[in-house]
Amino acid sequence: MKEKDEIIGKINEFLVEEFEVDAAKISPPANLRAVLELDSLDYIDLVVVIENNFSFKVKPEDFANISTFQDFYDYIISRVNAKALA
Amino acid sequence: MNRVVITGMGIYSCIGKNRDEVRDSLYHGRSGIVLDPARKEFGYRSGLTGFVERPNLKGLLDRRARIMLPEQGEYAYMATMEALKQAGMDADYISRQEVGILYGNDSSAKPVIEAIDIIRQKKDTMLVGSGSVFQTMNSTVTMNLATIFKLKGVNFTISAACASGSHAVGLGYHFIRTGLQDCVITGGAQEINYLSMGNFDALSAFSVHESDPQKASRPFDRDRDGLIPSGGAATLVLESLDSARERGAVILGEVIGYGFSSNGEHISNPTVDGPVRSLRRALQGAGLQPGEVDYINAHATSTPAGDASEARAICEVFGEQTIPVSSTKSMTGHECWMAGASEIVYSMLMMEHDFIAPNINFENPDEDSAKLNIVKTSITRNINVFLSNSFGFGGTNSSLIVRKWNKQTL
Repeated sequence: MKEKDEIIGKINEFLVEEFEVDAAKISPPANLRAVLELDSLDYIDLVVVIENNFSFKVKPEDFANISTFQDFYDYIISRVNAKALA
Repeated sequence: MNRVVITGMGIYSCIGKNRDEVRDSLYHGRSGIVLDPARKEFGYRSGLTGFVERPNLKGLLDRRARIMLPEQGEYAYMATMEALKQAGMDADYISRQEVGILYGNDSSAKPVIEAIDIIRQKKDTMLVGSGSVFQTMNSTVTMNLATIFKLKGVNFTISAACASGSHAVGLGYHFIRTGLQDCVITGGAQEINYLSMGNFDALSAFSVHESDPQKASRPFDRDRDGLIPSGGAATLVLESLDSARERGAVILGEVIGYGFSSNGEHISNPTVDGPVRSLRRALQGAGLQPGEVDYINAHATSTPAGDASEARAICEVFGEQTIPVSSTKSMTGHECWMAGASEIVYSMLMMEHDFIAPNINFENPDEDSAKLNIVKTSITRNINVFLSNSFGFGGTNSSLIVRKWNKQTL
């Protein structure tokens, strides 16, 4: 089981790199879509960076329940840990 | 019919990344050809290629625009930025006008191959990312530039093999001449990467003079043994005379003739008759006699058959040892889909600065090239009218004629 802080650090790092967002704008309660300025095409690139960094495939419909960065962290952490247990 | 003038030019090529650098290279006869070891390792018969670094667009374009652009689109962006700046067209002007784009491009091999490799490996199409489809299509350059510059006029790509760029300029000329558009961004783009040219190398069409890369491209020379692939992008802003005058734009030249033809024969073997018909159509459209042309920028790519056929065609239309001729491909290599547009830019720079660039490496003529007046070293010359040839696979031919702009031509 990976440490939560390690996973969150990695997520923030690739979001800053991939979406060229100011790291200071990222915070757990902030809205993911608004901060990253995501359009429909960007969600595809989000799937790609998650796969490249954590080696699992996100179903696009999973994003329906993700609103804040905290939601996003929780989702990634649960998938990473589920994979570790599998 | 409207008169069609050139008000902006941009170039990003293996002999320079802007007009000034390219002008100097042309004048001094500098070659942009290198030997690329990666091509030899990959299985190429010839590792020779033109080379220019990819521009760093971070800070110039946002992430979304950048991930849509393949290599040749980056070159086209740089060339178009330079051309629009010279034309004095900013975003505000473009937003208020119907500016079009017609650009030559006939492949986008690298993004196709890279995407397919990912799908094969990961068994999931989504993992190619959102930019891939927009990079892989032949119309990638026009779809991207039209989006980046927010163009509202005609918008499509011309794929006509090695005459793509020339036909793009010719079609832009017709759109404006007939009053369909006031302003069209025209040009040509060509990718330079080892994934894009392997099947062309397969035809043994490339020079294998690898021991001296800068001497390998030798159009019209007796000892030529093939072309050298190259690339980059060139942009020309075409505009109706009325539009240019209304804006107070500086007019650089006037497109006065566009000839075209199809050989109607073999897919790769050249003919004399096809180019002759293209040349004559261009002269007829321009209302010129052959003797009124001051310089011919030849298509000549350094292949044995192609150069010989073009020499015969020029000779048939213009006579023996008459008009000065050079092939700038002796320096640039064959810029393929881009060449027809870049060679207009090269010739425009010569016309602007009163010189004819040399056909470097022309040391000994053969039977056909001996009949041409080939310029071996840079010469000072006032050019009033030039003609540029471009020919491509499938027997597609294009000839453009441009006249210097001066107040007397008003």
